[in-house]
Amino acid sequence: MSPSPVFVRLAGVSLLIASVGLAGCAHKPKELPPQPVSASTSTQSEAMPPAQPQQSGPVPGSEADFLASVISDTVHFDTDKYGIDGESEGILRSQAQWLARYPGKAITIEGHCDERGTREYNLALGERRANAAKNYLIGLGVDASRINTISYGKERPVALGSDEAAWAKNRRAVTITVN
Amino acid sequence: MKPMILNRARRAVLYLALALPGLPAHAQQQPLPASSAPQAADSGGLTGSVTDDSAWRDLGIAIPAFPTDRSVATGADGGNTEALGRNLARVVFSDLKNNGLFKPTGPDSLPGIGYAEVAAPAFAGWRARSAEMLVQGFVKGGANGQLTVGCYLYDVALGKELARQGYVVSPVEWRRAAHKCADMVYSRLSGESPFFDSKIAYIAETGPKDHRRKQLAIMDSDGANHRFITSGQAVALTPRYSPDYRQIAYLSYVDGRPRIYVYDIGTGHQHLVTEAKGPTFAPRWSPDGKYILYSMAIAGNTDIYRVPATGGQSVRLTNTPGINIGGSYSPDGRKIVFESDRGGSQQVYVMNADGSGQHRITFFGGRAATPEWSPRGDQIAFTCICGNLRVAVMDPDGHNRRFLTDSWQDEAPTWSPNGRIVQFFRTERGTGHTSIWQVDLTGRNERRLKTPVDASDPAWGPVLP
Repeated sequence: MSPSPVFVRLAGVSLLIASVGLAGCAHKPKELPPQPVSASTSTQSEAMPPAQPQQSGPVPGSEADFLASVISDTVHFDTDKYGIDGESEGILRSQAQWLARYPGKAITIEGHCDERGTREYNLALGERRANAAKNYLIGLGVDASRINTISYGKERPVALGSDEAAWAKNRRAVTITVN
Repeated sequence: MKPMILNRARRAVLYLALALPGLPAHAQQQPLPASSAPQAADSGGLTGSVTDDSAWRDLGIAIPAFPTDRSVATGADGGNTEALGRNLARVVFSDLKNNGLFKPTGPDSLPGIGYAEVAAPAFAGWRARSAEMLVQGFVKGGANGQLTVGCYLYDVALGKELARQGYVVSPVEWRRAAHKCADMVYSRLSGESPFFDSKIAYIAETGPKDHRRKQLAIMDSDGANHRFITSGQAVALTPRYSPDYRQIAYLSYVDGRPRIYVYDIGTGHQHLVTEAKGPTFAPRWSPDGKYILYSMAIAGNTDIYRVPATGGQSVRLTNTPGINIGGSYSPDGRKIVFESDRGGSQQVYVMNADGSGQHRITFFGGRAATPEWSPRGDQIAFTCICGNLRVAVMDPDGHNRRFLTDSWQDEAPTWSPNGRIVQFFRTERGTGHTSIWQVDLTGRNERRLKTPVDASDPAWGPVLP
């Protein structure tokens, strides 16, 4: 039997692109009219400094607005752990407050691990970390249907070193807003 | 973003996934010129085992170029059967050399032999060269461009033929004839099952550490006939060949999240291992190819499931809080070894194939991950997370742990088809460069498998029919 060519067809897909660092890019030309103030802005907690929808500020409800409004988009974990510590609780509270302000917004939480574990286990551990963050947000009143999770295991480090400092940065769950 | 269609024509090796009627598994089916040397009694291999290799290290094997009766043009490497005969002997030489058990001498360091000499070796001359074993062969061009390759193994000291085989191959699969020849020599001398004529699926890696492109790729056991299966647009991980080589189960982010697909090598199509919504990891085939194990996360909790390879209802095998993942069948299909952190850290557990009788078998310091049952059934290879990540083996009851490697990060061991070599991938500290390595069960013979780019997650398929 003679070999015949085979056509490898693969549907390409848009991989999620981490939007960290986009906040500084959302400059608006000054001549544009001011952004309308969202009615839901008034519901925000006093603990949160209001994210002023100024002329040069981020578009309300945008990813840039999210990043400017929350303490951080990222919570970190101890080695092999998925517990939410006190610092992470504050971060997730700030995310929940933003989500309360923009009920039309959904989020994806990416779970990540450091490189010092086996690949398959880390995929499952990243999923578990993303779910730990998700469950905490649900406890704060965010509807579960607005939260998607995805694990990248150890495949997408942000810190490239092979030392404790880099690994601590990579053990994380990152919240990304989606429409 | 609209899905894009990547259309890439590849030379497929379809026939490898099919039974090969033209390639006899038994030498006797192929008429070969009888050698003038007296046949050795069929004693089924010399004594000794690969784990005690001291006696084998110095076994000198001479492998001169395979002569041809008449040099004719061929599509195989070399362009004509005379040049091809040298290439065949080179592949046999390199298989036996890289194995670490023998001291072969190849055609580039030996005089040529005449066609008539193949079945009537000049033993005196080889004795003078201190060769203990002699591999001679021939290649003939036949009708329809097919090639006939003969392979003979002689004991030089005894002046005896030990074994012979013949193969009919098409020019594009000429290397398989050489691998079959090396397999015959290896099994006759070691008493072990063959493994050279087999293929490896793995993940080819390129790009910087934080933006690695990870493509599914396949190659022969010696790295030849390399072929990329996926384009790298979506991250691919952890492939496993089906036992019949027709399919590869692997993880892909092609729909944006990690899920296991079953890719059909013949058609190029793939389908999800389960329509269930959770992310799926760690695909494994049952030894008979009838089932696939996969691990699925639901609400952060991961469990192991079994599904018929042809599709259908999934059966959940584990049901404990935590991460239960992986799963490797014993060769008889009755037990499954898997990984679980139900006790607080990653450890290795064994259960019956129906999920009953789950019990932990690893109790040493550190964590134990990615267990893989040897095709011989006598050992389980795993990743020991003991400070560094190291490849180790243990008895199926968890006793007698032995480290095979001692590097910064070695993980994901899989077995050669004969259960004598463990393959794994090594990550370099800092750079994140990855490479595939093979080590024998003594841990002493470790070698890097050549790949075109960085490589991880190697998975060996069975010996081809």
